[in-house]
Amino acid sequence: MDLYAEEIISHYEHPHNKGKMDNASISLHRDNPTCGDEMTIYLNVDKDGKVSDVKFEGSGCAISMASASMMTDFVKGKSLGEVESMGVKELVELIGIDPGPARLKCATLSLRAIKEATFIYEHKPMDSSTKSL
Amino acid sequence: MMQMAHEDIDVERIRRDFPILGTTMNGKPLIYLDSAATSQKPIQVIDAISNYYKEYNANIHRGIYQISERATSEYIESKEKLARFINAREMAEIVYTRNATESINVVALTWGNENVKKGDHILISDMEHHSNIVPWMLLAERKGATLDYIKLDGAKAELDVQNLGEQMAKKPKIVAVTQASNVLGTINDVKTVTKMAHEVGAKVLVDGAQSAPHMKVDVRDIDCDFFVLSGHKMLGPTGIGALYGKREILEATEPLLSGGDMIRSVHHHEHTWNDLPWKFEAGTSDIAGGIGLSAAIDYLNGVGMEKVRSHEKKLVRYVIERLSQVKGVQIFGLGQDGIDKRCGVVAFKLENIHPHDVAQIFDSEGIAIRAGHHCAMPLVTETLGEGALSRLSFYIYNTESEVDAAIAAIETVRRTFKV
Ligand SMILES: Cc1ncc(COP(=O)(O)O)c(C=O)c1O
Repeated sequence: MDLYAEEIISHYEHPHNKGKMDNASISLHRDNPTCGDEMTIYLNVDKDGKVSDVKFEGSGCAISMASASMMTDFVKGKSLGEVESMGVKELVELIGIDPGPARLKCATLSLRAIKEATFIYEHKPMDSSTKSL
Repeated sequence: MMQMAHEDIDVERIRRDFPILGTTMNGKPLIYLDSAATSQKPIQVIDAISNYYKEYNANIHRGIYQISERATSEYIESKEKLARFINAREMAEIVYTRNATESINVVALTWGNENVKKGDHILISDMEHHSNIVPWMLLAERKGATLDYIKLDGAKAELDVQNLGEQMAKKPKIVAVTQASNVLGTINDVKTVTKMAHEVGAKVLVDGAQSAPHMKVDVRDIDCDFFVLSGHKMLGPTGIGALYGKREILEATEPLLSGGDMIRSVHHHEHTWNDLPWKFEAGTSDIAGGIGLSAAIDYLNGVGMEKVRSHEKKLVRYVIERLSQVKGVQIFGLGQDGIDKRCGVVAFKLENIHPHDVAQIFDSEGIAIRAGHHCAMPLVTETLGEGALSRLSFYIYNTESEVDAAIAAIETVRRTFKV
């Protein structure tokens, strides 16, 4: 049951950066139809190409919501390049649990939405690591 | 009370026949509450399959030698058993497929392609599994036909009688409905639906994936034109399912696949089809699957389908009683007063907790349940308006103490999430 570490439960109950953002540089909706997790990511990008603010809205399981909470904390202030270089390994380190194959899609939903949003924002083709999330 | 005990099934004895029930999951004794997805297999089925491979593995219908003759007769015997099991007139009406899904696809791609025309209506219901939706949606797209859904009643538990009448008035070409819902657990009165459909000239396909394993099915009494089932949900192996079709319809329908076995004679530029049911079974069949299914039917007959049904009813009554006492639980489908119209499937939702989190914590307690849309997205996400649901489903090997363990696991979920 270590999936439900204290930190996961606490982020799930009191998510950071949850809510809508008006005038976002870009927003993107992504979901996992098989489990019903869905979220919209809002990013504000400043003139130096850094994520100046980020928010998410949505609903889903504890794993998807807690990781969105932690992930949005983490990307705040990062450059788009830094965000785009993140993969599953960094995500697992960040959330502190190994979601295992059955829950990986839940854990990576926010990472996928954030990364896809940055590529779309920059009008760049998505790289293979993002596509495979 | 003595009488009651006589009618009950001996669950402890049954459990000893299922090797997997002696194993553990996450260090806890396995509690398997996902039989609607696939059932567990008794040793008799496992042995029948391995004995075929060990003792008389040979292809069927062709060998003039003893083990091939034995394999052929065991395979045919399995069809005869299945014909009796669902009360078909004869073995010729039983076509083996891989599963219920394939059976439905075969009907849509053969009978459907030949008979459904532009502007026709195809009628299904709002409680179908994707298997009984998508093949019809594609058929409708191919032909320019319209796909209609029988709506559910206000309680979102049963087919709406009035809407059923309205849909029938559109004179559909085919009506495809499930006998038992894999989400709501509702058992539909498919006999009445069939009668109504025949009155407007429609053919009827009944999806028996969730009914055939759990209750006495009589295709002649229902009078449906097609009936489909999956072996793996009824104690049999994966890879074998069946399509029942009335002889005169199967005879008038061209097969989907062609090749060996399904042909009587082939000349350089012409052919004649083999007799039913072989006309619909091209190439070497899943012989081991048929033999395994045969052993599964023997097992179910040994227990008795009436007893299977009454055991599951008892469990469902108990689980609904226990679940409805848990704070924050919402149960879908009919309530206690509808037990007679409910199969061994109970879907529920725990307030503010995602079903995947529920299933995950159940897993850590050694309990296997299903969470998600259960391959019935139009029902779960559109009609019920839910993202996902948790589902408990039962079979002959489940006990009331396993229900107690599930209830205790829900308490663990609530403690973990502090609700
Ligand atoms: C009502 C119903 N129909 C059809 C199917 C499809 O069965 P299979 O996947 O074995 O083809 C299922 C399986 O869950 C079912 O519950």
